[in-house]
Amino acid sequence: MMELLMAFVIGGLYAAGIFMLLRPSPVKLAIGLGLLANAVNLLIFVAAGLTPGRAPLIEPGAVRPTVPFADPVPQALILTAIVISFGVLAFILVLLRRAAETLGVDNLDDMRSTD
Amino acid sequence: MQLLLVLPIVLPVTTAAVCMLFWRFGAVQRALATAGAAALLGSALALLAAVRREGMLVLQLGNWPAPFGITLVADLFSAIMTVLAAVIGLAVVVYSLATIDIRREAFGYYPFLHILLMGVCGCFLTGDLFNLYVWFEVMLMASFVLLALGGERGQLEGAVKYVTLNLVASTFFLSALGLLYGMVGTLNMADAARMLGEVGRPGLVSTLAMLFLAAFGIKAALFPFFFWLPASYHTPPVAVSAIFAGLLTKVGVYSLIRVFTLLFVQDVGYTHGLILVISGLTMVTGVLGAIAQNEFRRILSFHIISQVGYMVMGLALFTPLALAGSIFYIIHHIIVKTNLFLASGVVLQLRGTLELNRLGGLYQRAPALALLFLVPALSLAGLPPLSGFWAKLLLVRAGLETGSYLIAATALGVGLLTLFSMTKIWGKAFWGGPPEAAGGKAAAGEVRLPLTARLSLYLPMTALALLTVGIGLLAQPVFELSLLAAQQLLDPRIYIQAVLGGEG
Repeated sequence: MMELLMAFVIGGLYAAGIFMLLRPSPVKLAIGLGLLANAVNLLIFVAAGLTPGRAPLIEPGAVRPTVPFADPVPQALILTAIVISFGVLAFILVLLRRAAETLGVDNLDDMRSTD
Repeated sequence: MQLLLVLPIVLPVTTAAVCMLFWRFGAVQRALATAGAAALLGSALALLAAVRREGMLVLQLGNWPAPFGITLVADLFSAIMTVLAAVIGLAVVVYSLATIDIRREAFGYYPFLHILLMGVCGCFLTGDLFNLYVWFEVMLMASFVLLALGGERGQLEGAVKYVTLNLVASTFFLSALGLLYGMVGTLNMADAARMLGEVGRPGLVSTLAMLFLAAFGIKAALFPFFFWLPASYHTPPVAVSAIFAGLLTKVGVYSLIRVFTLLFVQDVGYTHGLILVISGLTMVTGVLGAIAQNEFRRILSFHIISQVGYMVMGLALFTPLALAGSIFYIIHHIIVKTNLFLASGVVLQLRGTLELNRLGGLYQRAPALALLFLVPALSLAGLPPLSGFWAKLLLVRAGLETGSYLIAATALGVGLLTLFSMTKIWGKAFWGGPPEAAGGKAAAGEVRLPLTARLSLYLPMTALALLTVGIGLLAQPVFELSLLAAQQLLDPRIYIQAVLGGEG
């Protein structure tokens, strides 16, 4: 049930992100990339399987956690991906602002002199 | 011996860090950057020699056994790619000494160049898919900065397109990674290759393969995804264009070859058949795009696309000879394409423009430069005895052997059109008299470059030109090396066994 709901959430985020990417406004481009990054993070989280309420902790005296337990690897992956996408998003915000200032347009459709 | 695997990553990052310490001292940064690039080349050559001598090298970082930790792997293909990255790195650093202005230097040009090299070498050496994603991002971040550094109009506009499409590609890559992890529960390439053979859900595996194809296809500038490349590669300083042209798309090609020889070999008829169609279309659209252009660097940018088609063609045919042809082609292309971009930079220094209609008479003015352009240009078009001839010969022969006559004919036709486009540059920029309406610098007796500047411009170009001639004349050892690398790639069991140990 939870997985089905998450699937719809992720699908919605992807759709919204791509829709925003296709808009001519630079700000919406940045928002779109942010939405896509979050959609991917949730996708990794759900694709690896949801195991609520079972932390991967090892009981005293045991050598491995009792199954079923939540897989910690995707969480580590997402943490890395969040850090990277945050840095990249910060860069692209500055880039878009500089581009709009230098070129004097705030419409991506008008940026076609290098094509 | 395992240390050799770490050095191509550690040396550039150390160089970058030490360069940053000397933030205000341009001269020190230049010396350090050159020394660092030379050391990188030395370590890469040592790595190739070691892999050649002892077979695949594997390092489990932090001593975590294979599927749990991060693994660094160097097979022959990785080692060859690392050497090429180091060669181009050194050539471009030396070239940058004379062409990068003080402002760019003051804002960390050299550190970022080395971080780019670290990202590229990391991509070639990692044996873990998520780690590959991280190296991709390291490389992309450095390339974003290098592309936008200087903040000129064209640069910023090119950067917006480049950054956006590459980030979309990263999103695809990461989605594919997540789904792959959900399916096989591992991100180690060798482990995933073993598990993918056992999951037995061909539809899902093919879907995943397509996601990887799209992600790496954008980075490699394959047919429907190449638009960012000609929109951005001609905007930054020539040294940056040259290193991008030589290395970045090739990282995409490397990843494609790695993934489609190791992971997705279950349904070769479908996946590699699709790649074959894409490779043909990539060649044709790239070369047709080049014909329509009238600016030196834009023409060269479109040719990158058509050349990537050749490299992927070898992967698609999927025989030892074809894959060896691909590897040979990559070796040839990286050297030649960088050299052509470097030549365009000297033209820009001499005449202040790269519009073909405003150039002319360069053969009279700088015969050495004309020769240094002509050698890689003819090599790119595939004239014997230069390296491009052998590369194309191998691929066409592989195409004929597998009975793929259409792709072989396409490869030959595109070669002819490449020759046309190179002679167009030659005829308009080098031959003929100086243009009448040039005005400005060209009319006022042109720019005289000081001796040190000429040395740092011509030294890397001459070295690269000699390399392409050398590979052409001594093709046999290079071909044998490519064939060995191809045979390693085509037998994933070697890779799996090397990484996972005996039980694989």
